[in-house]
Parts: sequence; C-alpha cells; structure tokens
Amino acid sequence: MKALLFERKEARFAAARVASVLAGPGRGVRVGPLRIADVDEPELPGPDWVRVRPRLAGICGSDLATIDARSSRYFEPIVSFPFVPGHEVVGELDDGTRVVVQPTLTCAARGIEPACEQCVNGVTNLCERTAFGHLEPGLQTGYCESTGGGWGTALVAHESQLHRVPDGMTDEQAVMVEPAACAVHAASLIPGGDTVVIGAGTLGLLTIAALRHVEEIGGTIIATAKYEEQRRWAKELGADVVVEPDALERAVRAGSHSMRIGGQLTSGVELVIDCVGSEASLRQALQVVKPGCDVVVVGMPGTTTLDLTPLWHREVVLRGSYAYDRQDFALAFELVSKLDLGRLVSATYTLDQYNEAIQHAAEAGRRGAVKIAFDLRNERNR
Amino acid sequence: MPRPGFVLEVDKSTPPTLFWHGEGFRLERLPAGSRVIYAPEPLAALKDPDEAIRHALLNPMGDSKPLPELLFPGMKLTICFDDISLPLPPMRRPDVRQRVIEAVLDLAAEQGVDDVVLVAALALHRRMTDEELRHALGDRVFDAFNPFGLLQQHDAEDPDNLIHLGTTDQGEDVEINKRAATSDLVVYVNINLVAMDGGWKSTATGLASYKSLRHHHNVRTMQHSKSFMDQHRSELHSSNWRMGKVLRDGGVKVFQIETTLNNDTFPDQFSFLQKREWEWSARDRAGFLAVSKSLERTPDRLRRSIFQSIKSPHDITSVQAGEVEAVHEVTTANVYRQQLVEVEGQTDVLTMGLPYICPYNVNSVMNPILVMCLGLGYFFNMYRGKPLVREGGVVIMSHPTPWAFHPVHHPSYIDFFEQVLSDTTDPAELEAKYEEQFATDPWYIHLYRTSYAYHGVHPFYMWYWGAHALQHLGGVIIVGGDPKAVRRLGFKPASTLRDALEMAEDVVGRDPSITHLHNPPILMADVR
Repeated sequence: MKALLFERKEARFAAARVASVLAGPGRGVRVGPLRIADVDEPELPGPDWVRVRPRLAGICGSDLATIDARSSRYFEPIVSFPFVPGHEVVGELDDGTRVVVQPTLTCAARGIEPACEQCVNGVTNLCERTAFGHLEPGLQTGYCESTGGGWGTALVAHESQLHRVPDGMTDEQAVMVEPAACAVHAASLIPGGDTVVIGAGTLGLLTIAALRHVEEIGGTIIATAKYEEQRRWAKELGADVVVEPDALERAVRAGSHSMRIGGQLTSGVELVIDCVGSEASLRQALQVVKPGCDVVVVGMPGTTTLDLTPLWHREVVLRGSYAYDRQDFALAFELVSKLDLGRLVSATYTLDQYNEAIQHAAEAGRRGAVKIAFDLRNERNR
Repeated sequence: MPRPGFVLEVDKSTPPTLFWHGEGFRLERLPAGSRVIYAPEPLAALKDPDEAIRHALLNPMGDSKPLPELLFPGMKLTICFDDISLPLPPMRRPDVRQRVIEAVLDLAAEQGVDDVVLVAALALHRRMTDEELRHALGDRVFDAFNPFGLLQQHDAEDPDNLIHLGTTDQGEDVEINKRAATSDLVVYVNINLVAMDGGWKSTATGLASYKSLRHHHNVRTMQHSKSFMDQHRSELHSSNWRMGKVLRDGGVKVFQIETTLNNDTFPDQFSFLQKREWEWSARDRAGFLAVSKSLERTPDRLRRSIFQSIKSPHDITSVQAGEVEAVHEVTTANVYRQQLVEVEGQTDVLTMGLPYICPYNVNSVMNPILVMCLGLGYFFNMYRGKPLVREGGVVIMSHPTPWAFHPVHHPSYIDFFEQVLSDTTDPAELEAKYEEQFATDPWYIHLYRTSYAYHGVHPFYMWYWGAHALQHLGGVIIVGGDPKAVRRLGFKPASTLRDALEMAEDVVGRDPSITHLHNPPILMADVR
C-alpha cells in the first residue's frame, strides 16, 4: 500500500531540525525522515480489529512538530518506528461503513486485562499502558508501528476506536471530529467564566467553538489570533474579543479592570486555555490569569524555560489537556454538525503531494487556511 | 495695518497651495475654481503687555471691583491657569500666564495675602511636567510655589479635593476643585486661542470632575453645538454657562482674566508657513525647500522632536479682566478680530492640511484619534453661521495618520483604538457601550492621577468632538495616511489629493465646489 512512512533516522532528524530552525516551520519535511513508500498493509492484531481505508486524514500541529523534529524526547518510549502518521482520520470499513477513528490506543485496544485504573474509570485518554500489551508502543494510531496511520491507504483499528459517521455528514466534517473532540475535552476541564483562548489555529478555533456551543459559557471569550482569517473565524465561532497576540494583555486588563505591576496584571481572567503551548504563550497565560485560577495547556508544549514565580505567588493552577474520551467524541460530532465545521478544511492534497501539503499546513495561518488534509479517496490500492 | 482674511479663487496662474501634512508639508495643485481661505494677518502686539495686564486688573469689566479691592490679609486666594493644551505651539518665554500671574501675585503681596495656591486647570488632561510648568509660569513663580506644594494640578479623581455645589436647572451636577470653590477668590488666567476657550468654561470645565464634565462632554451636546466655536449656538457653552450660574449662586467668586494672542504662529525659519503662496519671496521658497528636503531625510522620532521643540512667537493682543461674562464678550470679539474671515456660501468638498500638533499632543504623539479630533472636531467647527462644507459633503484631510501612540500620555487611547473603534465608530453607540467602562477603569484613573496620562475617558471626548461633523458629512478621506489606521477610524485612505477628489465625486457628484481651509495660521470662517 502507499503510505507516508516516518522512520527513525538520527541524521535526518537532525537535518529536519536544522531546516525548520533556519528556514521555518514545515521545512523539515524535505530533508527529514518522512518519505513516501510502498509498504505492507498492517496485519489485524486480533479478532476485534478491523481494516479502515482512510478517506481524509488531517495534518495536526503535533504531526508538524514531529516532522520538524521539534517534539519532546518524552515521546520516544511511547512511539514505535517506523510509523505511518495520521491520527485525524475519517475512513471506511470493508463493508463501506464510514467511521471516524478515535486514535488513542488504550487498554482495550492493547488487549490488557485487567485494564488500568484510568481505563476502568473511563478516563481512557490517561491510559497508563500506552507502551504495553500486544501492540508496539504508541500513544495513538499514527504513532504506532502496529496499526498504521491515516497517511496511508489502510490502517487497522480496534472496535473500541470506531465512531460511525452519521448519514449526511461529509468527509470534511468528519475529519474535523477528532480535533473537535480535543477541544471539547479541553473546554470541559474547568468551568469557565471569562476565558482567554491563546492561539487561533485549528485547536484554538475549535476550543472557542466548544466553549461557546458545548459548554455554553456565559463569560467573555477573548481570543488571540495572528492573521485576519483566523480573526474572522474566531469571531464567527464565538469569541467576543479577538486581538493580535501582543495586544492580549491590554485587552484582558481593560476587561478585568486590572492594575499592572511590572509586566504582570494584578487581576485577569478565570481561565486561560493555551492552544499554542510555546514558551511565549505560557508566559502570556501566566501574565493574564487571575490569581488562584487556571491555565489549561492544550497545545503540545516541549522543553520550555519559564519563570514560575507568578504561578507560585498567585497560586495559579497549570493543567494539561490531552485528547478525549468517548463522550467527548459524541459531543464533537454534534458540534461539528451544528456549526458545519467541515468549512475549516481549507485544502486537501494527495499523498504524493506531501511536501506541499506539509508546507501548507505549517503556513496555514499566514496563507489564510485552517485545516489541511490528505485526500486518499482517489488513491490506488485503496 | 494687517490685511484682513481673504478668499482666493484658484486659476491657472495660482501657485500650488501649501498643505500641512503632520510633521511635514505637501504642495498641492487645487483645481481651477477652487477657493482657498487665508487668515487675516497678525494683529499688532500690545506695546507694553505688562502695563496692559496691570491696567486690566485695576480697571475690570462688568460689575467686578478692581483686583486689589478683592484682596485682603488672611484671605484664601486660588489662582487657576490654563494647562499645556494652550497655546499652540507653546509660546516663547515669557508665557502670557507668567506675565499675568506675576502681576496678580504682586498685587496680592501688596495687599498682604499669604494663602495663595496655584492650580493648573487640567480637567481630565494629563498632568504637566515640572519643565512644562516652569515654562508656563516662569522660574520665579515656579520656584516660589512648587517646592512648598502650593503649585497644584487639578485632580478630577481626588474625592478629598472635590466639592459638589449643586445642580443646574437641567439637573447637571456641578462638582469642582474644592480648594478653588472654598477660596475667598478664584483668579482664573486664560489664554483664549480660539473662540471656544474661556468664559464659564474655564472654571466649570477646567476645574471639574468627570461626574460634572459628562453632562456636556457627550455626543448629544456636541451634535447640538453648531459650532462649539460659536458661543451663542453652542450647547457646550450653554451647559457651562448654566454651571457658571450654580458656581456664582453657590458663592464661588471668580475674577476672570482672559488674554488673546495674535496669529504669528511660527518662528522665522518657518516664515513661509504664514504667507500666501503667491507672495513667497525667493527666501521663502528656499526656506521651504531646505526645510522640506531636510525633513524627508530625518528619522521620524527626530522629526517629531524638532517640531515639538518649536516655540511660537505669539504676541499678546489684548487683556481683559473682571466679571466672567463681561470679560468673555470682549475677548471673543478680539479673537474674532484676528481669526474671522467672511466666506460666501458652503462647499461640496472641504480640504484641510493637518499639522503635527493639537491641544492634546504637546510634547507627545499625534495619534489617529487626535487626527480625527483635530480635523473633524476643531477645523470643521471653525465656523460661524453654517459649516463651510454642506450637509452630505466631503472633508479631505491631509495627514500621515501613523498607527502610533504615546504610551505614557495616551494609554486609554490605545485601548480605545484597538477595542472600541474596531467594534464601532458611531459616537452614540460607543458612548453607550464603552464610555463608563473606560471612565471608571481604576488603572486609567491611577495613571491619570500619578503619571502623565490623559483620563481614561478622554479618547471618547475626542471622538465626540467630531460627532457634529460625522453627523453632517457624507464622507471623510485622509490623504497620505496609514491606510490601516485610516480605515480603523472609519474613513477612506487616498494616496494623493487628486485621488481623494475623484473619490469625493462618488459622494457629492461631478465637478464639485472645493474649498481649502488654509492653515497656518488658524482662522474661523464666517459663512454667509
């Protein structure tokens, strides 16, 4: 089958990192370990597994970080090489049923009995066994050698991972369900009043939508967005105030009637959801969050240098938000349908065009795009 | 004998017209048939201004007694004076405030008055720096009062130094500076640069709190002030006069001193600015070229600093003292004598070049909101009778309109520009939706009181100043401005005057009548 394969090649990792640093995000694709290949289809690991033929597969920020070799080494023991990336997937089963894949590879998928405490409690996104069981290590489909991923013409999925796509939902809508589930989950963690959402890429925009239309928060949503199209989307999806990143502190100060001490607001908002995860965004989050309140990190961070004194002094809670559970997926389906979030899919590419696709995804905001995806519907060998 | 104002009809032989363009100039060719309004030439200076001041204090107008008779030992005397917003540009030393205050202090000393406090009547303007105060008051006064806390700046947010004196018959709160209101005598020292200045507006506005100011600094008042430079057709003035009555009835005794300046605005190296273009000498042309070329090569910051360091050679043309209304009537006539130009009929398109300075950016940055205020607030309203431009007409302003703000002086302006104007430019809507939030923001209040910031509500007032024009006009175009900033203001950007005139035709029709309000110096059109 045709697939984009990500191999463990240290020299290419280094080249990708250098290229991305020197030439900008996404540039690692041309020199890094990702290549197009003809590989064997993954074997079904057990009786409860099915083959899924991807139709659309999104390109996520974490994929871009991986391709540019900017991901944390934390992931090394919980991925297995070579792997076929792609965890935002709408595909079809052999009988033609369309499904969205919930990519987390939990105890159920790994055949682990008894399941870990988190899985028993239904908090499957926090599964403690992502490197164990009968599968190779891999926190998700798209990072696991055993399962394949969405950037290939076939993958295998456990029945616990499947969500049937309702009739009438387009592939473009369906491919947005997985990132929407992330957003739904993030929005549900802390009951919010006035909320800041940092970043207006796919995850930021979907988080705004989830706050407004799933959690139905009554407070003001202030969002940061670098680019005009992002600002338009942020407004449409429910942000009350959209500002450029360097204007956030000013906007929060005005809205919260806060004073300033040095670079720190004395008050702020009750909840900051950081959908970027960079050093700058985390610093900004600590700057504008109200004392005693919460910062939720949704954007995948890496190794970061950060002065945590304000966190200590103002008793701020810094909390991560990773993935979703089945309930989040159910709500994500509703959210995507209600707001027709398939409109966020700005462009699709064939697998052969992966260089252009990755480049476009890495420059999405600047080029007025939101979600870039691979379209495998016309690939041969499907 | 200075020549009166003049309206030129442009023909083929008319040389290009000088337009201010912020910290620079443009020479523009206006279409044949356009009119250019020039101000009267500078009136003659008082030969002995100090003697004229003393004479005014001893021979007051209206029912006021001479100043010495109002002064007595043991009394509480407060001398209030106009702040940094006047005159424009700041005048060469000695400033007229220094001359007048020294004369008042001499009389006070002669009468044995020792409880004297000076108060800069800031209203909601920024505080003046020591250097600015020293320039306005002179070394002698500054050194005698400032070290002892006797030189104060009105704080409209200091509850301990405000007093509510009642309400007008229309329910307007009158709350002013407590020290002034509880003094045996308030001497107010005015510089009446334009007809709006002075009268009861000095005390009722300059010494007021936000609670009091909001009754006349609002959209409704400004839309009913046609114009606010014409006291008799200005709701702004009517409200201040009502408040003046409350002050008078409440026992606040005001001895008003008003001064007028001639329009000799710029020093010799900029002499070409004061002249009609066809009368430029070879020296003027050389001066214009030298200044223009060197400015082109000067970095923005340095250029701003050069212009802000200009001190005007303004001369004093009159001094009036005594009872507020009697004084103000004569003063206004003297302002008109210097500025009024008769103009026949309105125009479809009014053009104006906007300078680098307005009342609210002395030693500061002319931000886009101030550009709007200067053009549509001040210049548009420089009329008596009818607006120069017809209803539904177009104003074309020339200014670079940079997206730039002074972070210390104008912090709330930045938020106003980012948050408010990106939502709405409609004066009534933004007043209803945002004014209170900005006016009561504790951070802005803190900066106003302790730093050098304009009050949080001030950018709203700047916008309201243009409310009458916004209601009246069919369109506003800015030539040579930052397009993004111009659009944020709700106006249209144009690269050249020719483009702007073509764009204006979309609003007012083909072959419009065009009138240019020539500046400097400032003038007021008496539109028949």
